[in-house]
Amino acid sequence: MLKKKMRAVAIGAVGLLLVMLVAGCGAKTESNEIKVGANVELTGNVASFGQSAYNGIKLAVKEINAKGGVLGKQLVLVSADNRGESSEAVNAMTKLISQDKVKVVLGPIVSSNVIAAYKVAEENKIPVITPTGTSAAITMANGKVQDYAFRACFIDPFQGIVMANFAGKSLNAKTAAIYIDNSSDYAKGLAENFEKQFVANGGQIVAREAYLSKDQDFKATLTKLKASNPDVIFIPGYYQEVGLIVKQARELGITGVLLGGDGWESPQLQEIAGAAALNNCFYSNHYSAEDKDPKTVEFIEAFKKEYNQTPDCFAALGYDAVLMLVDAITRANSDDPEKIKEALAKTQNIIGASGAISLNAQHDPVKSAVVLELKDGKPAFREKVNP
Amino acid sequence: MDFSAVFLQIVQQIINGVSVGSIYALIALGYTMVYGIIKLINFAHGDIYMLGAYAGFFCTTALHLSFIPALLLSMIIAGLVGVVIERVAYKPLRNAPRMAVLITAIGVSLFLEYGGILVVSPQTRTFPEVFPTTLYNFAGVVVSSQQVLILVVSLVLMVILTYIVQRTKIGKAMRAVSFDTDAARLMGINVDLVISATFAIGSALAGAAGVLVGVYYNSIDPLMGIMPGLKAFIAAVLGGIGIIPGAMLGGIIMGVVEALVSGFVSSTYRDAAAFAILIIILLLKPAGLLGKNVREKV
Repeated sequence: MLKKKMRAVAIGAVGLLLVMLVAGCGAKTESNEIKVGANVELTGNVASFGQSAYNGIKLAVKEINAKGGVLGKQLVLVSADNRGESSEAVNAMTKLISQDKVKVVLGPIVSSNVIAAYKVAEENKIPVITPTGTSAAITMANGKVQDYAFRACFIDPFQGIVMANFAGKSLNAKTAAIYIDNSSDYAKGLAENFEKQFVANGGQIVAREAYLSKDQDFKATLTKLKASNPDVIFIPGYYQEVGLIVKQARELGITGVLLGGDGWESPQLQEIAGAAALNNCFYSNHYSAEDKDPKTVEFIEAFKKEYNQTPDCFAALGYDAVLMLVDAITRANSDDPEKIKEALAKTQNIIGASGAISLNAQHDPVKSAVVLELKDGKPAFREKVNP
Repeated sequence: MDFSAVFLQIVQQIINGVSVGSIYALIALGYTMVYGIIKLINFAHGDIYMLGAYAGFFCTTALHLSFIPALLLSMIIAGLVGVVIERVAYKPLRNAPRMAVLITAIGVSLFLEYGGILVVSPQTRTFPEVFPTTLYNFAGVVVSSQQVLILVVSLVLMVILTYIVQRTKIGKAMRAVSFDTDAARLMGINVDLVISATFAIGSALAGAAGVLVGVYYNSIDPLMGIMPGLKAFIAAVLGGIGIIPGAMLGGIIMGVVEALVSGFVSSTYRDAAAFAILIIILLLKPAGLLGKNVREKV
């Protein structure tokens, strides 16, 4: 009898303790913290993007908190690794929102994952800012602006056009081949716009081929592309496969110009392809580490000090996404997701590491792009293109 | 396009296909050997190939071994893992229905893939360059030194395997067990030992394929075994599952067909072509190219 009673008391006490704990946590969050989720590709096929962007995000959060936070509250970053897979991106989004109760989510980094994970955020009315998802479909689907989706980067149509103009005008290319990742919304968007603009400039597309992410052997298709003898080959994929493609293309004796998009931006590209193979390769990007803009220089200095490496565009855009968020919270004067969302839509002229960001009615920033040339595996500034 | 250009392209595609095909063939050998002995389609086989690649990666990066010792050590590691898997997962089910063992094999496969992600992280790794790539250009047809390496190593391994199976005592025992397990046991053959040996040899070959792929493409990840595993399975069925020369032939044919489809039809149909082969062969000649139709004994 006594035993039973004691057990009941014990259970009751533990229960009470738990309730107090939970309540305590809740109270603490309410008062002086704003929870921000980061749904990022920390591992997997595009890990280099995710880690870079996350480093940028962390740096910005650290700086903001050092300056006293936002609205007197500290930003608390909660990260979830989506391993570079759409299904995991959805899981990570669900976890961040329902378990960690974040007010806003930064990421994912690549377009397909953003599109997959966005639905969860929309259902829960949590705004999402992707630093680097460039697919037009992220903010605009079925002719409707996606209310809770925002981004810090330019979009694929612009990027495709930039590279088509660069190929046609700066390189005087008359013929081009396109080799895309068939499983990536990003690659398809870039290829489509590249083709439109290249043809409009009087060029001709002589071949269109595709691969799947995680493929390893590209020699068969490259042999075919070689036979069609294009002036340039446009490969708007991610560095993992692009590295192998460039390597195998050079092995097959394709010495011509290879072009790509911001998916090429990774130190791993050089590890996979080898520095020599990357000569005569160009890609479009969001910013150049050689830019002399004061805000960019300041960011690069701070980043180098923190991580001892030169930031790539993903780091810069991750940083800028946090600036956008902080600006929105300040203007909304609230950390309520709904109010943050409304403020984000009115983002005007934020000076970020990657240039000035103003969102248009489609929630897309209007910004300039740069074309980088790979010299001995290192990206070097080639030209800047304004929208 | 004139004739000579087309001809050059065909030759180039066949070379591309043969180097991929020899990888398929090495993996297919393990499938076929295991099937020949215990009538099990070992779906974890593709993942042993992945483990071999990782073993090779750590041998070259952490232990700084050169190619041949790294290859041998990786083969030994892959072989041991194969034996352990057989002992732990398949042996207790020796008398269970075949479906139970098949499902276990799928379980082991998933365990290795996602266990791999847990242990080595899903991060793709870049294989260090163990061989500088040299390119040989024969009148427009390009062959890289690594393609030659893949082909030579595969051929050597296949010759050794054929020797083991045809000329050694353990090979004779394997053939006996494959022919009639119960009779072999009655003749005093240690069947469990033979099965373990089969797993060891088959897994070692897959491990070798993993290292070769690592050296050739220089990037590896924990899920790299899924697609080649499936393709090698098709190769084994194509050649006639359970027949060793069939696996070699099937692998090379698969590689060449894929290269020709990518090269002359469309790269998007490449995988479709591979699986179409499986369907066609199952419809027309289920025993495979080199297989004889054997009536099941009742």
